[in-house]
Amino acid sequence: MEEVKLMKGNEAIAHAAIRYGCDGYFGYPITPQSEVLETLAELMPWETTGMVVLQAESEVAAINMVYGGAATGKAVMTSSSSPGISLKQEGISYLAASELPALILNCMRGGPGLGTIQPSQSDYFQATKGGGHGDYHLIVLAPATVQEMADFVALGFDLAFKYRTPSMILADGIVGQMMEKVVLPPQRPRRTEEEVRRQCPWAACGKGSRKHRNVVTSLELDSAKMEVNNLRFQETYRRIEENEVRFEEYYTDDCEYLMVAFGSMARICLKAIEEAREKGVRIGLIRPITLWPFPTKRIAELAAKTKGVLVVELNAGQMIEDVRLAISAPSPSVHHFGRMGGIVPNPGEIIEAFYSHYPEAKI
Amino acid sequence: MDFKDIIRPENKVYARPRLLTENITHYCPGCSHGVVHRIVAELLDEMGLEDRTIGIAPVGCAVFAYNYIDVDWIEAAHGRAPALATAASRLNPDCLVFTYQGDGDLAAIGTAETIHACNRGENIVIIFINNAIYGMTGGQMAPTTLLGMKTATTPYGRRVDLNGYPLAISPILASLDGTCYVTRQAVHTPGAVRKAKVAIRKAFTNALEKRGTSVVEIVSTCNSGWKLSPADSNKWMEKHMFEKYPLGDLKNV
Amino acid sequence: MPKVQGAVTVDEARCKGCDLCVVACPADVLMLQPKEVNDRGYHFAFAARPEACIGCAACATVCPDACIEVYRVVLK
Repeated sequence: MEEVKLMKGNEAIAHAAIRYGCDGYFGYPITPQSEVLETLAELMPWETTGMVVLQAESEVAAINMVYGGAATGKAVMTSSSSPGISLKQEGISYLAASELPALILNCMRGGPGLGTIQPSQSDYFQATKGGGHGDYHLIVLAPATVQEMADFVALGFDLAFKYRTPSMILADGIVGQMMEKVVLPPQRPRRTEEEVRRQCPWAACGKGSRKHRNVVTSLELDSAKMEVNNLRFQETYRRIEENEVRFEEYYTDDCEYLMVAFGSMARICLKAIEEAREKGVRIGLIRPITLWPFPTKRIAELAAKTKGVLVVELNAGQMIEDVRLAISAPSPSVHHFGRMGGIVPNPGEIIEAFYSHYPEAKI
Repeated sequence: MDFKDIIRPENKVYARPRLLTENITHYCPGCSHGVVHRIVAELLDEMGLEDRTIGIAPVGCAVFAYNYIDVDWIEAAHGRAPALATAASRLNPDCLVFTYQGDGDLAAIGTAETIHACNRGENIVIIFINNAIYGMTGGQMAPTTLLGMKTATTPYGRRVDLNGYPLAISPILASLDGTCYVTRQAVHTPGAVRKAKVAIRKAFTNALEKRGTSVVEIVSTCNSGWKLSPADSNKWMEKHMFEKYPLGDLKNV
Repeated sequence: MPKVQGAVTVDEARCKGCDLCVVACPADVLMLQPKEVNDRGYHFAFAARPEACIGCAACATVCPDACIEVYRVVLK
């Protein structure tokens, strides 16, 4: 029988990590995501699955612990919130450059700077455009429910290992903090040393019976070789773009207008759309689940049959740039509505914003 | 006795270590790094650790250490080697994990990672090359640069009012509960090299026996950065460096 | 005391001519080539007085490039 539990999104991440067979978590407290480390500490997985849990001295140290663990082939993760994720960018760039799998949770709060501890989606650019230095991408998953928080741990790790690239769960503070019903995945055993060596023949985990040494490095001073490395990264990104785009649609069969929103904003938009539909206003919703790779093609298809697009985000307008790139045509018009500083709009505000841009839609 | 009768395998008393790769190092002539690499390679072979060693390379001149010692390596970001080593060691408890770091890496940009790895008593070995200068980037001031010492960023000599004091970090590390062994060695004479090797062997043994963190500081020369010949660098080091960084065990429990 | 005869070989291609072995040798065996250089332009070390070698390995112990190997026989 399915085991249904009530918990916060951040707690679900911790439970799901243990159940996935995660080998190590390295974190540093920051609101609004400290429940991940707290829950892990409470569950003491080192006594059951053998998972290592460590509170590091800083976000910088934590991500570099992730780098060190990932380099040995282990399934390792960290979590933080916006200011802490900025500190982690160094390590994330090194992970991408060394082609290491790892999972990073960003439970976003409002910025810039120390900003606020209230929810936000203002790290969209940072997450989807690289974030640190150099040409790289992360696989970015945007959960809208506590269930997805739990499910994306396994998805994030699986994609990270499949493509040898770090994945990020880009959650807003709402999804991290809210409590919902969740069905946790079954407990999987952690991989044995042999399984790690088989799955990760590149891992620097001691030569063992290997004849050659493994070196995990992001350094290559020979420009010709470094370009080849970059071309290989780009080839991986193209394969990810071809195979891993994920999204969800609501009321798009007959929609005359389209809203685009991710994470918790998609839920509030859906509510707004349902209220509008009761009055006969036909709005549809597309919710990108992977923010990178972005559902460019599908958004273009949907936009082509609509009169207008509204992108709703908890920021000043970030994902709207990708939506505009996807549509790349003079019509339909694309507008943005967002709140900042930790303010979350209600469905009424969203519909009001929609009518302000598309007054002709009002019935 | 004829030369060719002497150079028979059975008479060999000193050979190039098996775990040094064939690569010619990028180090300048006379650089202390080469000697330390060699004794590390000797020890990993003598102690039978080739198959279960993970080295963590720094940023700095030793960034390419992984090209020279034939074990698994991870190349860290500048200063972060102890953080990498922490995870590598905890996730692979059967392995010997050691970092190899310079003074800028360990005592400037990586101070926090170094102190906290030592304070947690991670079962790792930190090999710390202190030559009082940034070699790789062209001879700039290091945290350990002596007062009055000329570098690319202290062309007038290091001044307290402008640059602060040289940092002796090993005594700080020795004061932490997590370290079991902190020692200062050098590799400028045959006797010093032999002592340094004994120290690193002890450090490796401590890590394997899970006794906490061991730190082996090697007071070293950077003859290119110091603008002296290798032999004169050794003399200068004895005269000036050993005063601020005296050799010997700082902690051995 | 038995008399000891040593010998050293230098990997000329690997030697960087740093002179540290010359300084370390207690028997004045080693010298740097005054004129000849290796492929990388270094005046490499060589045994100028091989008969004086006592096989103590001081040279190899301080060599940063591990390019010296040492042999020793005890003469009967």
